[in-house]
Amino acid sequence: MTMNSAVRRSAPSPVVTALIKRGKSLLAPIVFVGGFLLIWQLLCLSPDARIPGPIRVVSETWRLIVNPFFDDGGTSKGLGWQILISLQRVAVGYTLAAIAGIGIGTLVGTVPFVRHGMDPIIQVLRTVPPLAWMPLSLLIFQNNDAAAIYVIFITAIWPILINTAVGVQQVPQDYKNVSKVLQLSFPEYLFNILVPSTVPYVFTGLRIGIGLSWLAIVAAEMLKADGGIGFFIWDAYNAGNEDSTSQIILAIIYVGLVGLLLDKLVAWVGRRVAPSEQR
Amino acid sequence: MQTLENTSPMTATPPQVENFLEIKDVSKHYPTANGVYPVLDGVNLSVKEGEFICVIGHSGCGKSTLLNMVAGFSQPTSGEVLLESQPIQRPGPDRMMVFQNYSLLPWKTAFENVYLAVKSVYKDKSKPEKVEIVNQSLEMVGLTAAANKRPAQLSGGMKQRVAIARALAINPKVLILDEPFGALDAITKEELQEELLKIWQRSGGTVLMITHDIDEALFLADRLVMMTNGPSATIGEILDIPFPRPRDRARIFEDPLFYELRNYALDFLYRRFAHDDKL
Repeated sequence: MTMNSAVRRSAPSPVVTALIKRGKSLLAPIVFVGGFLLIWQLLCLSPDARIPGPIRVVSETWRLIVNPFFDDGGTSKGLGWQILISLQRVAVGYTLAAIAGIGIGTLVGTVPFVRHGMDPIIQVLRTVPPLAWMPLSLLIFQNNDAAAIYVIFITAIWPILINTAVGVQQVPQDYKNVSKVLQLSFPEYLFNILVPSTVPYVFTGLRIGIGLSWLAIVAAEMLKADGGIGFFIWDAYNAGNEDSTSQIILAIIYVGLVGLLLDKLVAWVGRRVAPSEQR
Repeated sequence: MQTLENTSPMTATPPQVENFLEIKDVSKHYPTANGVYPVLDGVNLSVKEGEFICVIGHSGCGKSTLLNMVAGFSQPTSGEVLLESQPIQRPGPDRMMVFQNYSLLPWKTAFENVYLAVKSVYKDKSKPEKVEIVNQSLEMVGLTAAANKRPAQLSGGMKQRVAIARALAINPKVLILDEPFGALDAITKEELQEELLKIWQRSGGTVLMITHDIDEALFLADRLVMMTNGPSATIGEILDIPFPRPRDRARIFEDPLFYELRNYALDFLYRRFAHDDKL
Protein backbone atom coordinates (compact mmCIF):
# COMPACT_ATOMS: atom_id res chain seq x y z
CA MET A 1 0.00 0.00 0.00
CA THR A 2 1.42 3.38 -1.01
CA MET A 3 1.54 6.39 1.26
CA ASN A 4 -0.79 8.18 -1.07
CA SER A 5 -3.71 5.76 -0.83
CA ALA A 6 -3.33 5.53 2.92
CA VAL A 7 -3.64 9.27 3.22
CA ARG A 8 -6.60 9.35 0.88
CA ARG A 9 -8.46 6.67 2.79
CA SER A 10 -8.02 8.36 6.15
CA ALA A 11 -9.01 11.83 4.93
CA PRO A 12 -12.77 12.29 5.47
CA SER A 13 -14.94 14.49 3.26
CA PRO A 14 -15.02 18.25 4.04
CA VAL A 15 -18.61 17.97 5.32
CA VAL A 16 -17.66 15.34 7.86
CA THR A 17 -14.60 17.36 8.90
CA ALA A 18 -16.78 20.43 9.45
CA LEU A 19 -19.27 18.44 11.51
CA ILE A 20 -16.53 16.94 13.67
CA LYS A 21 -15.03 20.37 14.18
CA ARG A 22 -18.42 21.76 15.16
CA GLY A 23 -19.05 18.85 17.48
CA LYS A 24 -15.67 19.31 19.14
CA SER A 25 -16.30 22.98 19.85
CA LEU A 26 -19.71 22.12 21.33
CA LEU A 27 -18.44 19.18 23.34
CA ALA A 28 -16.92 21.16 26.19
CA PRO A 29 -19.97 23.40 26.78
CA ILE A 30 -22.31 20.39 26.70
CA VAL A 31 -20.20 18.45 29.19
CA PHE A 32 -19.90 21.39 31.58
CA VAL A 33 -23.52 22.57 31.43
CA GLY A 34 -24.67 18.96 31.84
CA GLY A 35 -22.31 18.51 34.76
CA PHE A 36 -23.53 21.74 36.35
CA LEU A 37 -27.19 20.64 36.09
CA LEU A 38 -26.35 17.19 37.42
CA ILE A 39 -24.52 18.52 40.49
CA TRP A 40 -27.32 21.01 41.10
CA GLN A 41 -29.87 18.19 40.91
CA LEU A 42 -27.83 15.96 43.24
CA LEU A 43 -27.35 18.74 45.80
CA CYS A 44 -31.10 19.37 45.90
CA LEU A 45 -32.13 15.69 46.26
CA SER A 46 -32.54 15.88 50.03
CA PRO A 47 -36.17 16.49 51.06
CA ASP A 48 -35.31 19.51 53.22
CA ALA A 49 -33.31 21.31 50.49
CA ARG A 50 -34.37 24.94 50.41
CA ILE A 51 -33.85 25.23 46.68
CA PRO A 52 -35.48 23.06 44.00
CA GLY A 53 -33.36 21.10 41.58
CA PRO A 54 -33.47 21.82 37.85
CA ILE A 55 -36.12 19.19 37.14
CA ARG A 56 -38.47 20.61 39.76
CA VAL A 57 -37.81 24.17 38.52
CA VAL A 58 -38.90 23.21 35.04
CA SER A 59 -41.94 21.23 36.14
CA GLU A 60 -43.14 23.93 38.55
CA THR A 61 -42.72 26.73 36.03
CA TRP A 62 -43.85 24.82 32.97
CA ARG A 63 -46.95 27.01 32.75
CA LEU A 64 -44.72 30.12 32.60
CA ILE A 65 -42.28 28.61 30.12
CA VAL A 66 -44.90 27.61 27.57
CA ASN A 67 -47.03 30.75 27.99
CA PRO A 68 -44.60 33.65 27.96
CA PHE A 69 -47.22 36.13 26.79
CA PHE A 70 -50.29 35.58 28.99
CA ASP A 71 -51.85 38.67 30.56
CA ASP A 72 -54.17 38.29 33.55
CA GLY A 73 -54.43 42.04 34.02
CA GLY A 74 -52.47 44.22 36.44
CA THR A 75 -48.92 43.08 36.97
CA SER A 76 -49.76 39.41 36.47
CA LYS A 77 -48.21 38.92 33.06
CA GLY A 78 -46.12 36.27 31.30
CA LEU A 79 -42.33 36.41 31.51
CA GLY A 80 -42.15 37.52 27.87
CA TRP A 81 -44.16 40.62 28.73
CA GLN A 82 -42.12 41.27 31.86
CA ILE A 83 -38.90 41.12 29.88
CA LEU A 84 -40.32 43.40 27.19
CA ILE A 85 -41.34 45.94 29.85
CA SER A 86 -37.76 45.92 31.17
CA LEU A 87 -36.30 46.09 27.68
CA GLN A 88 -38.48 49.07 26.89
CA ARG A 89 -37.09 50.97 29.87
CA VAL A 90 -33.57 49.96 28.90
CA ALA A 91 -34.17 51.09 25.32
CA VAL A 92 -35.21 54.58 26.42
CA GLY A 93 -32.56 55.06 29.12
CA TYR A 94 -29.77 53.50 27.06
CA THR A 95 -30.58 55.52 23.95
CA LEU A 96 -30.51 58.73 25.96
CA ALA A 97 -27.22 57.65 27.56
CA ALA A 98 -25.73 56.86 24.14
CA ILE A 99 -26.73 60.23 22.68
CA ALA A 100 -25.55 62.23 25.69
CA GLY A 101 -22.46 60.05 26.26
CA ILE A 102 -21.20 60.28 22.68
CA GLY A 103 -22.00 64.00 22.50
CA ILE A 104 -20.36 64.98 25.78
CA GLY A 105 -17.55 62.47 25.23
CA THR A 106 -16.68 64.09 21.90
CA LEU A 107 -16.60 67.48 23.58
CA VAL A 108 -14.50 66.19 26.48
CA GLY A 109 -12.07 64.53 24.07
CA THR A 110 -11.75 67.58 21.82
CA VAL A 111 -11.64 70.59 24.14
CA PRO A 112 -8.93 70.44 26.85
CA PHE A 113 -10.76 73.05 28.97
CA VAL A 114 -13.89 70.89 29.08
CA ARG A 115 -11.78 67.80 29.70
CA HIS A 116 -10.03 69.27 32.73
CA GLY A 117 -13.30 70.66 34.06
CA MET A 118 -15.33 67.50 33.58
CA ASP A 119 -12.70 65.08 34.80
CA PRO A 120 -13.37 65.38 38.56
CA ILE A 121 -17.15 65.26 38.00
CA ILE A 122 -16.87 62.14 35.87
CA GLN A 123 -14.43 60.43 38.22
CA VAL A 124 -16.74 60.91 41.22
CA LEU A 125 -20.11 60.23 39.63
CA ARG A 126 -19.10 57.15 37.68
CA THR A 127 -18.29 55.24 40.87
CA VAL A 128 -21.76 55.75 42.37
CA PRO A 129 -23.63 52.40 42.37
CA PRO A 130 -26.78 52.48 40.21
CA LEU A 131 -29.22 51.89 43.05
CA ALA A 132 -27.85 54.78 45.09
CA TRP A 133 -29.47 57.05 42.50
CA MET A 134 -32.89 55.48 42.97
CA PRO A 135 -34.23 57.47 45.95
CA LEU A 136 -32.98 60.73 44.47
CA SER A 137 -34.50 60.04 41.09
CA LEU A 138 -37.82 59.03 42.69
CA LEU A 139 -37.82 62.36 44.51
CA ILE A 140 -37.04 64.25 41.31
CA PHE A 141 -39.38 62.48 38.92
CA GLN A 142 -42.14 61.34 41.30
CA ASN A 143 -42.69 58.49 38.87
CA ASN A 144 -41.45 54.91 39.06
CA ASP A 145 -40.95 54.51 35.34
CA ALA A 146 -39.05 57.76 34.84
CA ALA A 147 -36.93 57.01 37.91
CA ALA A 148 -35.96 53.58 36.54
CA ILE A 149 -35.10 55.09 33.17
CA TYR A 150 -32.96 57.73 34.86
CA VAL A 151 -31.07 55.07 36.78
CA ILE A 152 -30.30 53.28 33.52
CA PHE A 153 -29.22 56.52 31.91
CA ILE A 154 -26.87 57.53 34.71
CA THR A 155 -25.38 54.02 34.86
CA ALA A 156 -24.78 53.54 31.16
CA ILE A 157 -23.55 57.02 30.29
CA TRP A 158 -20.10 56.80 31.95
CA PRO A 159 -18.46 54.02 29.95
CA ILE A 160 -19.91 55.47 26.74
CA LEU A 161 -18.71 58.98 27.57
CA ILE A 162 -15.24 57.93 28.73
CA ASN A 163 -14.58 55.59 25.81
CA THR A 164 -15.76 58.17 23.30
CA ALA A 165 -13.49 60.80 24.87
CA VAL A 166 -10.52 58.43 24.78
CA GLY A 167 -11.30 57.50 21.17
CA VAL A 168 -11.43 61.13 20.11
CA GLN A 169 -8.11 61.82 21.83
CA GLN A 170 -6.47 58.80 20.23
CA VAL A 171 -6.94 59.84 16.63
CA PRO A 172 -3.41 59.06 15.36
CA GLN A 173 -1.24 62.12 14.71
CA ASP A 174 -0.58 60.78 11.20
CA TYR A 175 -4.22 61.14 10.26
CA LYS A 176 -4.34 64.63 11.76
CA ASN A 177 -1.27 65.55 9.70
CA VAL A 178 -2.95 64.31 6.54
CA SER A 179 -5.94 66.46 7.41
CA LYS A 180 -3.69 69.49 7.97
CA VAL A 181 -1.74 69.11 4.75
CA LEU A 182 -4.92 68.70 2.74
CA GLN A 183 -6.52 71.56 4.68
CA LEU A 184 -9.69 69.56 5.22
CA SER A 185 -12.69 71.55 6.39
CA PHE A 186 -14.12 70.62 9.79
CA PRO A 187 -17.01 68.56 8.35
CA GLU A 188 -14.55 66.76 6.05
CA TYR A 189 -12.28 66.04 9.00
CA LEU A 190 -15.24 64.90 11.09
CA PHE A 191 -16.62 62.39 8.60
CA ASN A 192 -13.40 61.20 6.96
CA ILE A 193 -11.11 60.99 9.97
CA LEU A 194 -12.56 61.67 13.41
CA VAL A 195 -15.71 59.52 13.26
CA PRO A 196 -14.17 56.46 11.55
CA SER A 197 -11.21 56.34 13.91
CA THR A 198 -13.39 56.85 16.99
CA VAL A 199 -16.18 54.38 16.20
CA PRO A 200 -14.39 51.28 17.57
CA TYR A 201 -13.86 53.04 20.92
CA VAL A 202 -17.48 54.21 21.00
CA PHE A 203 -18.68 50.66 20.49
CA THR A 204 -16.50 49.40 23.32
CA GLY A 205 -18.29 51.94 25.53
CA LEU A 206 -21.70 51.05 24.14
CA ARG A 207 -21.07 47.38 24.84
CA ILE A 208 -20.08 47.98 28.45
CA GLY A 209 -23.02 50.37 28.75
CA ILE A 210 -25.64 47.88 27.60
CA GLY A 211 -24.41 45.32 30.14
CA LEU A 212 -24.56 47.86 32.95
CA SER A 213 -28.03 49.01 31.82
CA TRP A 214 -29.36 45.51 32.11
CA LEU A 215 -27.79 45.08 35.55
CA ALA A 216 -29.29 48.37 36.67
CA ILE A 217 -32.82 47.82 35.39
CA VAL A 218 -33.28 44.50 37.14
CA ALA A 219 -32.08 46.01 40.40
CA ALA A 220 -34.14 49.18 40.00
CA GLU A 221 -37.29 47.21 39.26
CA MET A 222 -36.81 45.10 42.36
CA LEU A 223 -36.80 48.25 44.41
CA LYS A 224 -39.80 50.02 42.98
CA ALA A 225 -41.62 49.38 39.71
CA ASP A 226 -44.85 48.21 38.17
CA GLY A 227 -43.94 45.23 36.05
CA GLY A 228 -40.64 44.20 34.54
CA ILE A 229 -38.46 41.16 35.08
CA GLY A 230 -36.87 42.59 38.24
CA PHE A 231 -40.32 43.30 39.65
CA PHE A 232 -41.33 39.73 38.81
CA ILE A 233 -38.46 38.27 40.82
CA TRP A 234 -39.14 40.41 43.85
CA ASP A 235 -42.89 39.82 43.55
CA ALA A 236 -42.36 36.07 43.47
CA TYR A 237 -40.16 36.29 46.56
CA ASN A 238 -42.78 38.31 48.44
CA ALA A 239 -45.56 35.95 47.41
CA GLY A 240 -43.76 33.08 49.15
CA ASN A 241 -45.74 30.37 47.38
CA GLU A 242 -44.76 26.75 46.94
CA ASP A 243 -43.41 27.40 43.43
CA SER A 244 -41.96 30.90 44.07
CA THR A 245 -38.35 29.72 44.28
CA SER A 246 -38.68 27.95 40.94
CA GLN A 247 -40.11 31.12 39.41
CA ILE A 248 -37.21 33.17 40.76
CA ILE A 249 -34.67 30.73 39.36
CA LEU A 250 -36.36 30.68 35.96
CA ALA A 251 -36.43 34.50 35.88
CA ILE A 252 -32.72 34.65 36.79
CA ILE A 253 -31.91 32.36 33.87
CA TYR A 254 -33.98 34.57 31.57
CA VAL A 255 -32.21 37.69 32.84
CA GLY A 256 -28.85 36.09 32.05
CA LEU A 257 -29.93 35.00 28.58
CA VAL A 258 -31.36 38.41 27.68
CA GLY A 259 -28.21 40.13 28.95
CA LEU A 260 -26.12 37.83 26.77
CA LEU A 261 -28.30 38.58 23.73
CA LEU A 262 -28.07 42.34 24.31
CA ASP A 263 -24.29 42.14 24.51
CA LYS A 264 -24.09 40.06 21.33
CA LEU A 265 -26.46 42.46 19.57
CA VAL A 266 -24.33 45.52 20.30
CA ALA A 267 -21.15 43.62 19.41
CA TRP A 268 -22.73 42.55 16.12
CA VAL A 269 -23.78 46.10 15.25
CA GLY A 270 -20.26 47.25 16.14
CA ARG A 271 -18.71 44.71 13.79
CA ARG A 272 -21.01 45.77 11.00
CA VAL A 273 -20.21 49.45 11.49
CA ALA A 274 -16.44 49.07 12.03
CA PRO A 275 -14.94 45.83 10.73
CA SER A 276 -11.73 44.95 12.55
CA GLU A 277 -9.62 45.19 9.38
CA GLN A 278 -10.43 48.88 9.19
CA ARG A 279 -9.28 49.75 12.66
CA MET B 1 33.34 69.01 -4.12
CA GLN B 2 30.91 71.56 -5.51
CA THR B 3 33.48 72.22 -8.18
CA LEU B 4 32.77 68.92 -9.91
CA GLU B 5 31.89 69.73 -13.50
CA ASN B 6 28.30 70.81 -13.65
CA THR B 7 25.24 69.17 -15.17
CA SER B 8 24.77 67.90 -18.69
CA PRO B 9 24.91 70.67 -21.27
CA MET B 10 22.24 69.29 -23.56
CA THR B 11 19.21 69.86 -21.35
CA ALA B 12 16.73 72.30 -22.83
CA THR B 13 14.75 72.86 -19.68
CA PRO B 14 12.33 75.77 -19.38
CA PRO B 15 13.60 78.75 -17.40
CA GLN B 16 13.64 77.80 -13.75
CA VAL B 17 13.04 80.05 -10.82
CA GLU B 18 16.37 80.20 -9.05
CA ASN B 19 15.17 80.83 -5.51
CA PHE B 20 11.95 78.84 -5.67
CA LEU B 21 12.24 77.55 -2.14
CA GLU B 22 14.45 79.41 0.28
CA ILE B 23 15.51 78.41 3.75
CA LYS B 24 17.09 81.52 5.22
CA ASP B 25 19.19 81.39 8.35
CA VAL B 26 16.71 79.03 10.00
CA SER B 27 17.14 77.93 13.62
CA LYS B 28 14.81 75.76 15.62
CA HIS B 29 14.99 75.51 19.41
CA TYR B 30 12.82 73.34 21.59
CA PRO B 31 12.19 74.13 25.24
CA THR B 32 12.96 71.14 27.45
CA ALA B 33 13.11 70.49 31.18
CA ASN B 34 16.86 71.17 31.08
CA GLY B 35 16.60 74.43 29.19
CA VAL B 36 16.42 75.25 25.53
CA TYR B 37 17.57 72.54 23.12
CA PRO B 38 18.85 73.89 19.79
CA VAL B 39 17.98 71.34 17.10
CA LEU B 40 18.97 73.40 14.08
CA ASP B 41 21.15 76.46 13.88
CA GLY B 42 21.72 78.74 10.92
CA VAL B 43 20.46 76.56 8.09
CA ASN B 44 20.61 78.13 4.64
CA LEU B 45 19.44 76.43 1.48
CA SER B 46 18.13 77.71 -1.81
CA VAL B 47 16.27 75.28 -4.06
CA LYS B 48 15.60 75.79 -7.76
CA GLU B 49 12.22 75.03 -9.23
CA GLY B 50 12.12 71.45 -10.46
CA GLU B 51 15.17 70.39 -8.47
CA PHE B 52 15.43 67.02 -6.74
CA ILE B 53 17.09 67.46 -3.33
CA CYS B 54 17.99 64.67 -0.95
CA VAL B 55 18.81 65.38 2.68
CA ILE B 56 21.02 62.95 4.56
CA GLY B 57 22.38 62.92 8.09
CA HIS B 58 22.46 60.85 11.25
CA SER B 59 19.29 60.36 13.22
CA GLY B 60 18.62 63.26 15.55
CA CYS B 61 20.28 65.78 13.22
CA GLY B 62 17.04 67.62 12.61
CA LYS B 63 16.32 66.49 9.03
CA SER B 64 12.68 65.89 9.84
CA THR B 65 12.50 69.15 11.78
CA LEU B 66 13.75 70.97 8.72
CA LEU B 67 11.26 69.31 6.39
CA ASN B 68 8.44 69.85 8.87
CA MET B 69 9.14 73.58 8.66
CA VAL B 70 8.94 73.43 4.87
CA ALA B 71 5.71 71.46 5.18
CA GLY B 72 4.45 74.06 7.65
CA PHE B 73 3.88 71.73 10.60
CA SER B 74 6.23 73.87 12.67
CA GLN B 75 7.69 77.35 12.50
CA PRO B 76 11.37 78.31 12.73
CA THR B 77 12.45 79.87 16.01
CA SER B 78 14.38 82.41 13.94
CA GLY B 79 14.94 82.87 10.24
CA GLU B 80 12.36 82.12 7.58
CA VAL B 81 11.26 79.56 5.04
CA LEU B 82 9.99 81.08 1.79
CA LEU B 83 8.20 79.41 -1.10
CA GLU B 84 8.06 81.72 -4.14
CA SER B 85 9.05 84.54 -1.80
CA GLN B 86 6.05 83.91 0.47
CA PRO B 87 6.73 82.82 4.05
CA ILE B 88 5.35 79.36 4.88
CA GLN B 89 2.89 79.66 7.72
CA ARG B 90 0.91 76.45 7.82
CA PRO B 91 0.63 73.08 6.12
CA GLY B 92 -0.95 73.13 2.69
CA PRO B 93 -1.48 70.88 -0.32
CA ASP B 94 1.06 72.87 -2.38
CA ARG B 95 3.69 71.19 -0.16
CA MET B 96 2.29 67.67 -0.04
CA MET B 97 4.07 65.18 2.14
CA VAL B 98 4.67 61.46 1.73
CA PHE B 99 5.10 60.12 5.23
CA GLN B 100 7.43 57.36 6.30
CA ASN B 101 4.56 55.24 7.63
CA TYR B 102 2.31 55.92 4.63
CA SER B 103 -0.43 57.61 6.71
CA LEU B 104 -3.25 56.12 4.70
CA LEU B 105 -6.69 56.06 6.25
CA PRO B 106 -7.33 52.36 6.95
CA TRP B 107 -11.09 52.61 6.49
CA LYS B 108 -10.75 53.95 2.96
CA THR B 109 -9.76 52.05 -0.17
CA ALA B 110 -6.74 53.10 -2.22
CA PHE B 111 -9.09 54.98 -4.52
CA GLU B 112 -10.90 56.70 -1.67
CA ASN B 113 -7.65 57.72 0.00
CA VAL B 114 -6.49 59.47 -3.16
CA TYR B 115 -9.98 60.82 -3.82
CA LEU B 116 -10.11 62.55 -0.43
CA ALA B 117 -7.01 64.54 -1.37
CA VAL B 118 -8.28 65.34 -4.87
CA LYS B 119 -11.69 66.37 -3.55
CA SER B 120 -10.25 68.72 -0.96
CA VAL B 121 -7.82 70.39 -3.37
CA TYR B 122 -9.76 70.59 -6.64
CA LYS B 123 -12.98 71.89 -5.17
CA ASP B 124 -14.18 73.37 -8.48
CA LYS B 125 -13.72 70.30 -10.63
CA SER B 126 -16.67 68.05 -11.49
CA LYS B 127 -16.92 64.58 -10.04
CA PRO B 128 -15.99 62.77 -13.29
CA GLU B 129 -12.92 65.00 -13.61
CA LYS B 130 -11.87 64.21 -10.04
CA VAL B 131 -12.41 60.48 -10.57
CA GLU B 132 -10.30 60.72 -13.72
CA ILE B 133 -7.45 62.39 -11.83
CA VAL B 134 -7.54 59.68 -9.17
CA ASN B 135 -7.52 56.92 -11.77
CA GLN B 136 -4.62 58.50 -13.62
CA SER B 137 -2.58 58.85 -10.44
CA LEU B 138 -3.21 55.25 -9.44
CA GLU B 139 -2.27 54.16 -12.96
CA MET B 140 0.96 56.15 -12.73
CA VAL B 141 2.07 54.06 -9.75
CA GLY B 142 0.71 50.84 -11.28
CA LEU B 143 -2.10 50.32 -8.80
CA THR B 144 -5.18 50.35 -11.03
CA ALA B 145 -5.97 46.75 -10.17
CA ALA B 146 -5.78 47.40 -6.42
CA ALA B 147 -7.84 50.60 -6.45
CA ASN B 148 -10.64 49.10 -4.39
CA LYS B 149 -8.47 47.44 -1.78
CA ARG B 150 -8.03 48.80 1.71
CA PRO B 151 -4.53 49.44 3.12
CA ALA B 152 -4.72 46.30 5.29
CA GLN B 153 -4.93 44.23 2.10
CA LEU B 154 -1.90 45.93 0.52
CA SER B 155 1.81 45.23 0.94
CA GLY B 156 4.15 47.92 2.29
CA GLY B 157 5.34 48.82 -1.20
CA MET B 158 1.78 49.11 -2.48
CA LYS B 159 0.79 51.29 0.47
CA GLN B 160 3.66 53.65 -0.27
CA ARG B 161 2.58 53.69 -3.92
CA VAL B 162 -0.88 54.80 -2.82
CA ALA B 163 0.67 57.51 -0.67
CA ILE B 164 2.77 58.68 -3.63
CA ALA B 165 -0.29 58.61 -5.92
CA ARG B 166 -2.18 60.66 -3.34
CA ALA B 167 0.62 63.23 -3.21
CA LEU B 168 1.03 63.45 -6.99
CA ALA B 169 -2.70 63.61 -7.69
CA ILE B 170 -2.87 67.11 -6.23
CA ASN B 171 0.17 68.29 -8.20
CA PRO B 172 2.10 69.97 -5.37
CA LYS B 173 4.69 72.67 -5.98
CA VAL B 174 7.00 70.86 -3.59
CA LEU B 175 6.80 67.15 -2.89
CA ILE B 176 8.21 66.32 0.53
CA LEU B 177 9.19 62.73 1.25
CA ASP B 178 10.29 61.67 4.73
CA GLU B 179 12.30 58.48 4.30
CA PRO B 180 9.61 57.07 2.04
CA PHE B 181 11.35 53.80 1.22
CA GLY B 182 12.98 53.12 4.58
CA ALA B 183 10.63 50.29 5.52
CA LEU B 184 10.69 48.51 2.17
CA ASP B 185 12.72 45.55 0.94
CA ALA B 186 15.59 46.21 -1.44
CA ILE B 187 13.82 45.18 -4.64
CA THR B 188 10.61 47.11 -3.97
CA LYS B 189 12.74 50.05 -2.96
CA GLU B 190 14.60 50.13 -6.28
CA GLU B 191 11.38 49.76 -8.24
CA LEU B 192 9.78 52.65 -6.41
CA GLN B 193 12.89 54.83 -6.77
CA GLU B 194 12.73 54.37 -10.53
CA GLU B 195 9.01 55.07 -10.65
CA LEU B 196 9.46 58.17 -8.54
CA LEU B 197 12.16 59.42 -10.92
CA LYS B 198 9.99 58.83 -13.97
CA ILE B 199 6.99 60.55 -12.45
CA TRP B 200 9.12 63.45 -11.24
CA GLN B 201 10.60 63.96 -14.68
CA ARG B 202 7.14 64.02 -16.22
CA SER B 203 5.64 66.39 -13.66
CA GLY B 204 8.61 68.74 -13.30
CA GLY B 205 7.86 69.38 -9.63
CA THR B 206 10.37 70.15 -6.92
CA VAL B 207 11.26 67.29 -4.58
CA LEU B 208 12.71 67.34 -1.08
CA MET B 209 13.46 63.92 0.27
CA ILE B 210 14.99 62.64 3.49
CA THR B 211 16.93 59.43 3.18
CA HIS B 212 19.40 57.29 5.10
CA ASP B 213 20.66 55.63 1.99
CA ILE B 214 23.59 57.23 0.15
CA ASP B 215 23.10 55.09 -2.97
CA GLU B 216 19.47 56.10 -3.13
CA ALA B 217 20.39 59.78 -2.84
CA LEU B 218 23.09 59.51 -5.55
CA PHE B 219 20.66 57.78 -7.89
CA LEU B 220 17.81 60.23 -7.38
CA ALA B 221 19.05 63.68 -6.44
CA ASP B 222 20.46 66.70 -8.24
CA ARG B 223 22.02 67.78 -5.00
CA LEU B 224 22.68 65.96 -1.77
CA VAL B 225 22.40 68.03 1.38
CA MET B 226 24.55 66.57 4.16
CA MET B 227 23.71 67.61 7.69
CA THR B 228 26.11 67.88 10.62
CA ASN B 229 25.18 66.27 13.92
CA GLY B 230 22.90 67.87 16.49
CA PRO B 231 22.55 69.74 18.73
CA SER B 232 22.77 72.91 16.66
CA ALA B 233 22.89 70.87 13.47
CA THR B 234 23.27 72.66 10.20
CA ILE B 235 24.05 71.93 6.58
CA GLY B 236 27.64 70.67 6.50
CA GLU B 237 28.07 70.41 2.78
CA ILE B 238 26.06 70.20 -0.40
CA LEU B 239 27.15 67.66 -2.96
CA ASP B 240 26.31 68.22 -6.64
CA ILE B 241 25.35 65.00 -8.39
CA PRO B 242 25.96 65.63 -12.08
CA PHE B 243 24.82 62.32 -13.61
CA PRO B 244 22.83 63.02 -16.78
CA ARG B 245 19.12 62.27 -16.87
CA PRO B 246 17.24 60.11 -17.51
CA ARG B 247 19.40 58.07 -15.19
CA ASP B 248 20.14 54.43 -15.61
CA ARG B 249 21.07 52.60 -12.44
CA ALA B 250 23.49 50.20 -14.13
CA ARG B 251 25.33 52.99 -15.96
CA ILE B 252 25.65 55.05 -12.82
CA PHE B 253 27.05 52.11 -10.89
CA GLU B 254 29.76 51.72 -13.56
CA ASP B 255 30.74 55.36 -13.41
CA PRO B 256 33.91 56.00 -11.35
CA LEU B 257 32.40 59.33 -10.34
CA PHE B 258 29.66 57.42 -8.48
CA TYR B 259 32.26 55.86 -6.19
CA GLU B 260 34.09 59.12 -5.79
CA LEU B 261 30.87 60.81 -4.63
CA ARG B 262 29.88 57.84 -2.52
CA ASN B 263 33.22 57.74 -0.70
CA TYR B 264 33.07 61.45 -0.18
CA ALA B 265 29.60 61.21 1.39
CA LEU B 266 30.61 58.19 3.46
CA ASP B 267 33.67 60.03 4.67
CA PHE B 268 31.51 62.98 5.64
CA LEU B 269 29.01 60.85 7.52
CA TYR B 270 31.23 58.24 9.14
CA ARG B 271 34.51 60.02 9.74
CA ARG B 272 34.11 63.77 9.84
CA PHE B 273 30.65 63.70 11.39
CA ALA B 274 30.56 60.22 12.82
CA HIS B 275 27.65 59.55 15.09
CA ASP B 276 28.89 59.61 18.67
CA ASP B 277 26.88 56.56 19.72
CA LYS B 278 29.79 55.14 21.67
CA LEU B 279 30.20 58.11 23.97
